[in-house]
Amino acid sequence: MHIPDGFLNTATAVTTYVVSAGGVGYSIREANRKLGDRHVPLMGVMGAFIFAAQMLNFPVIGGTSGHLIGGALAAILLGPLAGTLIMACVLIVQCLVFQDGGITALGANVFNMGLVACFTGYYLYRAVVSILGESRRSTLVGGFVGAWASVFVASIFCAIELAVSGRSPLGVALPAMAGVHALIGIGEGLITSAVLAFVTATRADLLELQKV
Amino acid sequence: MKLKWWHVALLIALGLAILSPLASPWPDGLERVAEDKGFIEAALEPAFELIPDYVFPGLGNERLATILAGLVGTLILFGAGYGLGALLKGQR
Repeated sequence: MHIPDGFLNTATAVTTYVVSAGGVGYSIREANRKLGDRHVPLMGVMGAFIFAAQMLNFPVIGGTSGHLIGGALAAILLGPLAGTLIMACVLIVQCLVFQDGGITALGANVFNMGLVACFTGYYLYRAVVSILGESRRSTLVGGFVGAWASVFVASIFCAIELAVSGRSPLGVALPAMAGVHALIGIGEGLITSAVLAFVTATRADLLELQKV
Repeated sequence: MKLKWWHVALLIALGLAILSPLASPWPDGLERVAEDKGFIEAALEPAFELIPDYVFPGLGNERLATILAGLVGTLILFGAGYGLGALLKGQR
């Protein structure tokens, strides 16, 4: 879902840059107050895992692939603000080093795959866990639901940005983006649940870290 | 040196990077929509290139070049995440 240069008009690019800069700035302030020693290696591992996993596109339907975004996973383990910081790191490196996602679209990409994916994934995960009660099963179900929704909602914002930029009318872009990402989101949900299952089986204490 | 949990986790991430040549080459969701709805040609070439398309430049073998790009990126992101965490934590 990395938007390249040329897709967004100036107003959309600038607006999303301002919102993302504000979100990242606030995340840095809060992380500065709340991060502890035990968060540090997890921050590094999340960045490394999400970058590597994003390279592994999986086929979805005829001629279309998808890959993990990872915002929901990062937010579930670290909290939505620290998750946003990790996603911003991933997206900045992908943009500057790997030319994946345009420099002028970096604000929109951090907004969609950082802020939107992390907050949607985290709060839906929390909602599912509070409905089902704390258990390993509700962690895995909540992870799936949160991760699926993170991709779905991010794709809706991406469609709105494309429509506002005059690329494609909202009535065309929205169903197309939401439709294909409803399928890609299943992959996101399965991978996120699998990682959470691995973490609960090997280092369940990591799920108990304070969320930032 | 005793192996810590995150050493193992970093090795798993590097292992995923080594699998990167197996990734589906098909366009992703946004690229598919941009092709179908006729605005893919609006995309501009990047202003500069370092490791474009996750293929490390100057290597003849594309699989190796993809794996190397993946390993480099995975290590950069580990350093960025760990470094940012250590920096922010240290300011308390």
